[in-house]
Amino acid sequence: MLLASLVEPAFGLIFWMTLSFGIAFFLLTKFAWKPILSALRERERSIEDAIGEAKKAREEVAAMKAGNEELLKEARNERDQMLKEAREIRDREIAQAKDKAKAEAEALLGRAREDIRNEKNAAITEMKNQLGELSIQVAERILREKLGDKSAQDALLEKVLKESDLRRS
Amino acid sequence: MLRAVFLSLTLLVAGWSQAQHHAQADSLPAQHAAVAGHAEEAEFNAGKLIMGHIGDEHGWHIAGDFSLPLPVIIYDTQRGLKVFSSSRFEHGHAAYDGYLLHDGRIHAVDAAGGVDEAASKNIWDISITKNVLTAFVVLTLVVLTFFAVAKGYRRRTGQAPKGLQSLLEPIILFVRDDVAKGAIGDKKYERFMPFLLTAFFFILFSNLLGLVPFFPGGANLTGNIAVTFTLAVIVLLIVTFNGNRHYWGHILAMPGVPPWVLIILTPVEILGMFLKPFVLMIRLFANIAAGHIIAMSFFSLIFVFGATSAAAGYGVSVVSLLFTIFMFFLEILVAFIQAYVFTFLSALYIGAAVEESHEHKESLV
Repeated sequence: MLLASLVEPAFGLIFWMTLSFGIAFFLLTKFAWKPILSALRERERSIEDAIGEAKKAREEVAAMKAGNEELLKEARNERDQMLKEAREIRDREIAQAKDKAKAEAEALLGRAREDIRNEKNAAITEMKNQLGELSIQVAERILREKLGDKSAQDALLEKVLKESDLRRS
Repeated sequence: MLRAVFLSLTLLVAGWSQAQHHAQADSLPAQHAAVAGHAEEAEFNAGKLIMGHIGDEHGWHIAGDFSLPLPVIIYDTQRGLKVFSSSRFEHGHAAYDGYLLHDGRIHAVDAAGGVDEAASKNIWDISITKNVLTAFVVLTLVVLTFFAVAKGYRRRTGQAPKGLQSLLEPIILFVRDDVAKGAIGDKKYERFMPFLLTAFFFILFSNLLGLVPFFPGGANLTGNIAVTFTLAVIVLLIVTFNGNRHYWGHILAMPGVPPWVLIILTPVEILGMFLKPFVLMIRLFANIAAGHIIAMSFFSLIFVFGATSAAAGYGVSVVSLLFTIFMFFLEILVAFIQAYVFTFLSALYIGAAVEESHEHKESLV
């Protein structure tokens, strides 16, 4: 009898249980579960959003950092380039100046050499002329001395005729 | 540890006084002979004590001779609605207004003063019994607790939980993520969350309150078949009203099965439809009732041995106490496990009823 009452559901308890559980279910659903679940969902979404935003911000910072580095690198490259160019220009200028100086010196030297040669040639020519005049004068004087009489003239003429080929032919 | 000892001592006192109370009830035929507080007068009946504890009562025995009278409400199809205090029955010793408490049930009294079986069938007993009151207490507790929790969410929108809210949030999330989402699926779980949460916390609070050895605890609410029956019927109704074409198709005519097999299979499936909630009902009832029976059995041991000699009674009490402390902690675990199992299996049945795809989910019974 006792055991039977244990496994036999009592009507009163079912009645009250259904009623009270129903009321509690209604109240809880309306005033507890729905607000709680929506709050949880809301919070999860906001946390997710916050995480997403933080990730985005981190990515942005990283991108910015990378950009900065890129900029820095470019600046450094530019500086190097500029330095290199400056060095090249300097070297070129120096080389040019050197070349120019060398060319000028060479031109000067050439001109000097030319002048020297010209002077020398002129001097030689003059010396030759003077020498020729002198030898003519000498020869004239000698000739005047030697051929002053008629017999010397004939002897010479005879001698020249003898030596030439005209006589043999 | 100190607290556990205190609790067990309280349990001991409660058990002892209950033993007395039932010893008195036993002596119904010879009520003048039994003197209250005199243990040797009536023979100790452990079975009756235990059954009395795990069953329901009109009137709530609290300590010693004091018991809280509860309202008796009966609707007699012959005589109409009757409302009076359970103290009128004097613990089953007296008849009142033509009614008598016999074996924990209200019966009609015949002219000779005995039980009138035929007239008793007209009685619809909707008294506020110990378990009904406990159900009210538990549901009130659940409602108040979660109103407070909901207030916490309103007040600290989007902020970290605090206090009671942070204690219960993991459990709510567990029910949502592991029970509902796991068994019903991400798309449809939301509709069933209110029932699953209400059922989970009602069972959990009832189980835990049942472990409290003094008023208003100690009632064997979830170990009462009427309570688990009600919960199981609700599950059955939810499954039946939410079952989709796929679910009914599987029950009435399992696809891919030859017609002649359906003659056997369809009745089995229809039976299974009712069997699942039935198993839910039995599982929760049996687990919680068994826990109460074991705890009470250990106490009864003290009095069974105590009846032979006082020394044996004291000796056994130490062992019983230790076992009861152990059982107490085990029952706390069971309280959570059974709340989880009931909710999870309900969610599985609901999940099978609303499932759309053709992947066949194995139903656990």
